[in-house]
Amino acid sequence: MAAEPILELQNVHASYGNIKALKGVSLKVYPGEIVAIIGANGAGKSTTLMTICGIVAVDEGDILYQGRSITKVAAEKLPVMGLCQVPEGRRIFPRLTVHENLELGAFYRRDREGIEKDMQRVYELFPVLKERKRQQGGTLSGGEQQMLAIGRALMSRPKVLLMDEPSLGLAPLIVQKIFDIIHEVNQKEGTTILLVEQNANLALQAAQRGYVLETGRVTMEDEAEKLLHNAEIRKAYLGE
Amino acid sequence: MDYFIQQLINGITLGGVYALIALGYTMVYGVIQLINFAHGEFFAAGGYMGVILLNWFIGRGYMSTHPMICIGASVVLTMGYCAFLAMGVEKIAYKPLRSASRLAVLLSALGMSIFLQNAMMLTQGVFDKPYPIELAEGSLTVGGITVSYLQVIIVVFTVVLLVGLNLLVFKTRIGMAMRATAQDKVMSSLVAISSNRIISLTFAVGAGLAAAAGIMVGFYYGSVRYDMGFVPGIKAFAAAVLGGIGNITGAMLGGLIIGMVEVFGAGYISGQYKDVFAFIILIAVLYFKPTGIMGENVDDTRV
Amino acid sequence: MIREFKKIGKIYVFGMLWLLGLIWPMVGIHKDGSLSFGRAFTIWSYIVVGTFACLLLYLLNKSGYLDKATKPMGRVRDDLVAKARAVPVWIWTLVALAAALIYPLFTARYAHDVAIQVLIYISLGLGLNIVVGLAGLLDLGYIAFYGVGAYTYALLSVHYGMSFWLCLPVAAVLASVAGCLIGYPTLRMRGDYLAIVTLGFGEIVRLILNNWMSLTNGPNGILGIKPPGIYVPSFEGGFHFEHIYLKKLYFLYYIALAIAVVTIVAVRRLNFSRIGRAWESIREDETAAELMGVNTFMLKLLAYAMGAVFAGLAGAFFAARMRFVSPESFTFLESAMVLSMVVLGGMGSIPGIILGCAALIVLPEVFREFELYRMLVFGAAMTVMMIFRPAGLIPAKRVGTRSEEKEG
Repeated sequence: MAAEPILELQNVHASYGNIKALKGVSLKVYPGEIVAIIGANGAGKSTTLMTICGIVAVDEGDILYQGRSITKVAAEKLPVMGLCQVPEGRRIFPRLTVHENLELGAFYRRDREGIEKDMQRVYELFPVLKERKRQQGGTLSGGEQQMLAIGRALMSRPKVLLMDEPSLGLAPLIVQKIFDIIHEVNQKEGTTILLVEQNANLALQAAQRGYVLETGRVTMEDEAEKLLHNAEIRKAYLGE
Repeated sequence: MDYFIQQLINGITLGGVYALIALGYTMVYGVIQLINFAHGEFFAAGGYMGVILLNWFIGRGYMSTHPMICIGASVVLTMGYCAFLAMGVEKIAYKPLRSASRLAVLLSALGMSIFLQNAMMLTQGVFDKPYPIELAEGSLTVGGITVSYLQVIIVVFTVVLLVGLNLLVFKTRIGMAMRATAQDKVMSSLVAISSNRIISLTFAVGAGLAAAAGIMVGFYYGSVRYDMGFVPGIKAFAAAVLGGIGNITGAMLGGLIIGMVEVFGAGYISGQYKDVFAFIILIAVLYFKPTGIMGENVDDTRV
Repeated sequence: MIREFKKIGKIYVFGMLWLLGLIWPMVGIHKDGSLSFGRAFTIWSYIVVGTFACLLLYLLNKSGYLDKATKPMGRVRDDLVAKARAVPVWIWTLVALAAALIYPLFTARYAHDVAIQVLIYISLGLGLNIVVGLAGLLDLGYIAFYGVGAYTYALLSVHYGMSFWLCLPVAAVLASVAGCLIGYPTLRMRGDYLAIVTLGFGEIVRLILNNWMSLTNGPNGILGIKPPGIYVPSFEGGFHFEHIYLKKLYFLYYIALAIAVVTIVAVRRLNFSRIGRAWESIREDETAAELMGVNTFMLKLLAYAMGAVFAGLAGAFFAARMRFVSPESFTFLESAMVLSMVVLGGMGSIPGIILGCAALIVLPEVFREFELYRMLVFGAAMTVMMIFRPAGLIPAKRVGTRSEEKEG
């Protein structure tokens, strides 16, 4: 494990409308890791990711990416720097075709050949997307949309991939497939992954380390394995 | 029958002009879900800029030697000018209010509209400003129907602009970004699209089209006035709503229908109430099918 | 200070150059084929000087350089506000009323005229406030009801010689009927659609007034409308009541004042009534209100009707005061004017709206020599106001978001 974290949150406070959603979140993500954030509904998991991506403004504290503060960087500059998110609810552009959705993932890139190569790779990973290439994004099923969202994110060649609830509302078989892909992307390309999940079991199995978020604060952090066997966690998040 | 076809041709000409203005409303609405109240002023500014540039070319004497180049240059420069004007207006009246209430934005745009209208009045005078030349004299007569060359030129130019816009929006990278921004602003900034730039661009393109419409109206009616933007602006908005706001094809269709309704209403029912017909259509459409003829859902906007 | 200036300065310089690029073609390209820069540059430099001064003040204030001056002033202001708060509201109301009552004794004819205008607009503004401020229905054709009121009295007076006092309720009723007629088809619409449709209706009413020659005499308007009259006891030739017309301006002033006071009281009562609360619930969240059993359909219609009543009253008075009406007085610009009075003053706030009306009528009168630039400044002020103080001069105490304001 490298000594320098690629992404670091230092005591981040942020509000969503009038509600203070984050009250001092600190976490570190090292290159090549899969890190899971687990927590209940409304704990501030999604807000954490949106804050990292510059969509929600930071009130206090600092976010460092590759050692540099990104709190003042415009949201649309971050994908260029290699920070990319698969947001909650997938947010496919519903009236663009599957192909266009993927092209948009590579919007900032100018290297035609590279884009073409990545496109082929995404189609290899998700053959179903190739079949539906000309279809509008909104007509896909939930699982297909999730694949498209991941594919779109991969098109930007991310260094750090933030994923928000990739298992939400999907059939177990598809969830398994999605997590296989997450693993593959992490292993083959060394993409760092920060994973937010309500399904703690799944997330902690996939991740190396985990953070527990409760009402806008990190209440626990440990290796995923240990969290998975922590009695408290099992009781609160694994339904035992 | 001849009269009917004659009116049909007049309706298409007028409808094309409304369609061009309506596109600006619909595109801006598609991207930021707001009515650009100052849009009619871009149309009027286009009309004025056209007359200013044409006059200048005539004064220089270029018009008699290279008329086509001069007219072409006037049109292009005018569209450019209005695009810049629109980007300026967006930066002042819309950008600071991105997170404000809709009413605040509406009023700030309304303020801008009043400001621009009066700025034009102060710099250009209260009276009608005549267009110095005729774009094309003469007309074509087939059977009992007369089509002036000017009408032909207007329709052709409108079609060219509409096709160009369609290519821009549906075939280019920038157009794709525009559509993406219209569908989901947060997500589009997550894929590195600067929504501020896209919004600016949308205003510029819409204003460019309105400016072209302004010049054509100037040629068609022979003069422009500082308050000429208001009524066509509202009618074009009616056209945009009629077609399903946010929908480009819908706006074109809506423009044509409003143009037809106005011409036929004036021809067959009453000339005095020609402005009323467009409003009645607008109200009827919103009452019976609020999504417009091409729209699927009011909240569901597209560019 | 320097750092802040650098950031804003860059944007400012760029913006000003942009502005020059916009002004110059409009004034610098001439018919004779020449180009000139003088006039564009003059206009531009006025704007630069003006905006730069504002910018400088803003920056100085923000960075604390003006604290020496603003802090004591702020303290004085806070003191005054605290002292004013200590006195019960009804005393202030009485004082204001007393001042309004004796106002004509100390002022001249011209001042009466301006005051009457302010009072008319107060009625209009507060009426519109019911629709926009309370029920949250953005109405851009409000002036149509004013027109209905004015034409009602004008026609009844000219054709049938009916008295002003009799026509006043008739005008109010007709205006509210018009309100329901216009309101009914728009009830299903929200937000921007509503705005544009009401605008369309406003224009239709104006076009009808303009074109229905046989009834309204078209753009020439209706002349010879009688002013309000009263019966006074007379002993000449036996005791009887003699009818006289109130042609003196200060009589009219008192009538306008009465209408305005009635409006203020009514709107205040409505504001805190069951209906007022229901309106507010519609404004905040229409769907939720409906689920809670609020009859949104009837209440929205009622809001239109109530708003129109006050416009009708004001309109009838306007016709009686001018003794002439024409469609010119009922253009969209008037609607925009009333709406901006409401918004400028502070939506939902009665003192705010009164202040807004007074400001928008009196200020242009004070700066009469700049008549030409009146609307220019008005437009610019509206935009600036929305950017820096969208809640108005005196914001309403109960504030909330309007239902259509939500992301969507």
